[in-house]
Amino acid sequence: MALPLRSALLRQTATCLRQHGQTAISRTSQNAALQRLLSTLAVLEQREGKLNMSSLASISAAQKLGGSIHGFVAGGNVKAVAEEAAKVEGLEKVIFVDNSAYDKGLPENWAPLLVENIKKGGYTHVLAGHSAFGKNLMPRVAALLDVQQISDITAIEGEDTFVRPIYAGNAILTVQSEDNVKLITVRGTAFPSGAAEGGSASTEEGADPKVDSPTEWVSEDLAVSDRPDLGTAEKVVSGGRGLKSKEDFDRVMTPLADALGAAIGASRAAVDSGFADNSLQVGQTGKNVAPQLYLCAGISGAIQHLAGMKDSKVIAAINKDADAPIFQVADVGLVGDLFEKVPELTEKLKSS
Amino acid sequence: MEFHSVGVWNSVLTFSIAFKNLYKHQPNMKIMVAVKRVIDYAVKIRVKPDKTGVESQNVKMSMNPFCEIALEEALRIKEGGMASEVVAVSMGPAHCVDTLRTGLAMGADRAIHVDATGPLYPLSVAKLFKALVELEKPALLILGKQAIDDDCNQTGQMVAGLLGWPQGTFASKVVLDKEKQLATVDREVDGGLETLCMDLPAVITTDLRLNQPRYATLPNIMKAKSKVIKKYTPQELNVEIKSDLEVLQVTEPPKRKAGVIVSSVDELIDKLKNEAHVI
Repeated sequence: MALPLRSALLRQTATCLRQHGQTAISRTSQNAALQRLLSTLAVLEQREGKLNMSSLASISAAQKLGGSIHGFVAGGNVKAVAEEAAKVEGLEKVIFVDNSAYDKGLPENWAPLLVENIKKGGYTHVLAGHSAFGKNLMPRVAALLDVQQISDITAIEGEDTFVRPIYAGNAILTVQSEDNVKLITVRGTAFPSGAAEGGSASTEEGADPKVDSPTEWVSEDLAVSDRPDLGTAEKVVSGGRGLKSKEDFDRVMTPLADALGAAIGASRAAVDSGFADNSLQVGQTGKNVAPQLYLCAGISGAIQHLAGMKDSKVIAAINKDADAPIFQVADVGLVGDLFEKVPELTEKLKSS
Repeated sequence: MEFHSVGVWNSVLTFSIAFKNLYKHQPNMKIMVAVKRVIDYAVKIRVKPDKTGVESQNVKMSMNPFCEIALEEALRIKEGGMASEVVAVSMGPAHCVDTLRTGLAMGADRAIHVDATGPLYPLSVAKLFKALVELEKPALLILGKQAIDDDCNQTGQMVAGLLGWPQGTFASKVVLDKEKQLATVDREVDGGLETLCMDLPAVITTDLRLNQPRYATLPNIMKAKSKVIKKYTPQELNVEIKSDLEVLQVTEPPKRKAGVIVSSVDELIDKLKNEAHVI
């Protein structure tokens, strides 16, 4: 931990030098920079009293930064979640705010809540997952703090230097931020969450500004599934337009997913045609996945789709068009009719 | 400055009239829509050899697809009798006017171009929007959920925060109640949908499935040429453009090693099991 911290401080010093030139001011800010220690607030998600494990990626990202890490949870009867989070390795403290007004993650009251606790704790970094919750909330917090947020980072190169994909993952941007608080959302698949056990953080009640929300939560309609969560699954099978209909999609892809114990994903074309639920979309505008195995059938491989899956360890593709772009990224490709090949694959996987 | 002084006076007049009615009964609801000019989604981008960015010379540019959806939604709300005017706004260099013309051809009533050079990050864009909102007093600000170039997904949330307005992000359905000045928004969240109800004025950002944007017809493209595009500079809007982020480099993503084509399902299983060890 000592090394990254040291290089971070050196980097910060370099930033100060560049900003102010070689003047007396630069020396004082240099000292200030050296004295200032890193401290990160990791915003954790919870749902009905259960900690969302995929939000722990922000803790492992924070560990790459060095410095102390505090977790943050809020919601009704959240004490138990705070204690669960206290066991996560790497956390020094868990700040919790017990108020059911925060249960639905509305940014209108969450943003002032975070601003208050960020100011109170004097954090240098605030990290959250690049999930629907994090994406919705963090830019609002950033605006209130007058800082430019950094979205969906995939690597940390120093205290103020971060790497993120742009143009649907077709270019990789390294940026340096001079903001005094760095607000960041973290790509979950780039920072695998660490151990949920073994830590022994203290818990502490945070500040609650109790701002009313002009937005009222009405209802939700979430897909219930026993399958592994698409964003964190080890294996993903994914279907595209080639599946032809919802019935075919379910008939062909579901048994394959069952045979592999995989999550099911889909291309935008499949989702738009109603073959699969919106929440299963993999791609630039859907979910980013990076499983050990991404097995897709009937997907041509448009750049927007590749953006969401090309960090998978092994990509296997079945497509009847030998010229489909998917074969340019696939480790193993099989040219053939998916209605024949996928059931055959499913049978052989089951019997082996 | 003097070339649009009449326009400024007009807008001050309409603005003071509109202001009185704004938060109660509102027959003349105005919608402001953000549109960004980006490299066309179908273009395979190239990273510049000097790693300072991506090649944008002689590359096809278009309206960001999510912005098209935002504009389409505003037009549908207007056509449904719920709004009286749709104002399209774009920020950036002079070429943004082309994108605004496209928006006008789709059906926007008028447009505003904030002429700014240099990098414009979402925070600065949000501040410029806040200034325009205070000037124009729309009851609804609609943006796309993200631009396909920087993939930030921040601007809408930031404007909402700066204005203290409610936000309905990643919207796949929007229903307005003009009487009660409420918007009901279905949002795409991880695992499904969520429905929120919020007071107007509000900020909404659009997801892919909100609607299917229309094409501009030739007569409308002709008509759009005579519609007004008003120009502001950040100075005129009293917004200082900070550059909080410094781009250190832009590189190509790591290339994947070329794979193999197998000829049978058995071979596929063999590769995955015995070479890749993933099943």
